Amino acid sequence: LQVMDSAPVENSLMSSESDIQRTQYPYVTGTSVVGIKYKDGILLAADMGGSYGSTIRYKSVERLKPVGKHSLLGASGEISDFQEIMKYLDELILYDNMWDDGNSFGPKEVHNYLTRVMYNRRNKFNPLWNSLVLGGVKNGQKYLGSVSMIGVHYEDNHVATGFGNHLARPILRDEWHENLSYEEGVKLLEKCMRVLLYRDRSAVNKLQIAKITEEGVTISQPYSLKTFWNFSAFQNPTVGAEGSW
Amino acid sequence: MFRNQYDTDVTTWSPAGRLFQVEYAMEAVKQGSAAIGLRSKTHVILASVNKANSELSSHQKKIFKVDDHIGVAIAGLTADGRVLSRYMRTECINYGYSYESPLPVGRLVVQLADKAQVCTQRSWKRPYGVGLLVGGLDESGAHLYYNCPSGNYFEYQAFAIGSRSQAAKTYLERRFKTFTDSSRESLLKDALFALRETLQGEKLTSSNCTVAVVGVGEAFHTLDKETIQALINEFEIAGEDAPAEVPVEAAGDEPAAPEDGAAPADEGAAPMDI
Repeated sequence: LQVMDSAPVENSLMSSESDIQRTQYPYVTGTSVVGIKYKDGILLAADMGGSYGSTIRYKSVERLKPVGKHSLLGASGEISDFQEIMKYLDELILYDNMWDDGNSFGPKEVHNYLTRVMYNRRNKFNPLWNSLVLGGVKNGQKYLGSVSMIGVHYEDNHVATGFGNHLARPILRDEWHENLSYEEGVKLLEKCMRVLLYRDRSAVNKLQIAKITEEGVTISQPYSLKTFWNFSAFQNPTVGAEGSW
Repeated sequence: MFRNQYDTDVTTWSPAGRLFQVEYAMEAVKQGSAAIGLRSKTHVILASVNKANSELSSHQKKIFKVDDHIGVAIAGLTADGRVLSRYMRTECINYGYSYESPLPVGRLVVQLADKAQVCTQRSWKRPYGVGLLVGGLDESGAHLYYNCPSGNYFEYQAFAIGSRSQAAKTYLERRFKTFTDSSRESLLKDALFALRETLQGEKLTSSNCTVAVVGVGEAFHTLDKETIQALINEFEIAGEDAPAEVPVEAAGDEPAAPEDGAAPADEGAAPMDI
């Protein structure tokens, strides 16, 4: 397996001369990913925006990708780092398949591997600037986990990244329950994504929903959510605060 | 085998296409004290004969836990066996750290075999002089493998290695078709019977054998002396022949008392009884 990280380690305690290869801040970023467990497996949702700072530069970025037979990865944060991660995961799955022995990496193994990668990079002060959601089903067992750029990782029945943590998870805490049907799950995710669309400035109205079950992975075609802007509060926004804009 | 001009180096082929050093290494396995392994769909049993150098010394450890789901029994140069066991443990623990999952036995065995093969193709190395019976569980069920100094490996339903292993193999060949669906107890009895065959008349007691088990829901562990003695008593009282299928115990534990009563029959003059 190829060496993943070639940033030179600076001996003189983080001096600035040869730091050029370390990730200091992200450039092209994706926003929230939301994931839930449902009756038959996992549902992930993410929009297709790639922001360049405050500009919404790219509007067809696929942020949900299958990993092997049993897993789905959703990423927010630096898109190029996500592409790197996909390269390494594809290689990992390839080597796993080459054993050709009836064993295969399930979502738990992939999640743990990602955690090790993210944490090790963080320790070298050269993180992969992503928050990842890893979901999958293997042998009937549903799995949904999250890993951040500093290696914080956990599993849960519903996870989200970025703004999704603040806007989507409260909704999920109230409305998620075991054995959601597919339709209920999609509706729930769309509710979360709509709130994010209204309130997250880096959200775009073009999203994909991905489903993974024992049978396999399906990623929907991109589509848009219906929005409503005719709330009375939007009509005369400064009526309660004369002089503001 | 006789000495010949092609047997000095492991990197010298004989005209007949043999590597004598590798074959000599396999001889070393045959000289070691016996180890046997057998498996059902859900359990793998490893058992070995404890041979002590003299009455004063203790016997060498020949069965090692590699991980909760894998164990290994060795025959041959036990020092080589210990080193390979340590390698196996390291591989298992590293895999578990990266993937939070047990290393599949089949993969460990291939890595072990590839490691052994290296020593058959370097002029500055020698082959490992130890045969390994690797027993373990993974997603696809219970497995028993034999790893050879040559770098070959094979999967078995049951196998025996070491001195007088042929006697055990003969016994196992008669019975192996029943092993897949055997209960844990029945498998243990077959293991002890097979082990007894290698003792060639010497009495089988808990002092001259070691037995280890791994199974579904049961981590790899060596059985203690009392448990083994209880099992030995149970079938020695029953007589010379292998018993019929024992009905499955509900709790899966060792039978509490043998059918005929608690006290073992007269031990007789057992030379190895310490």
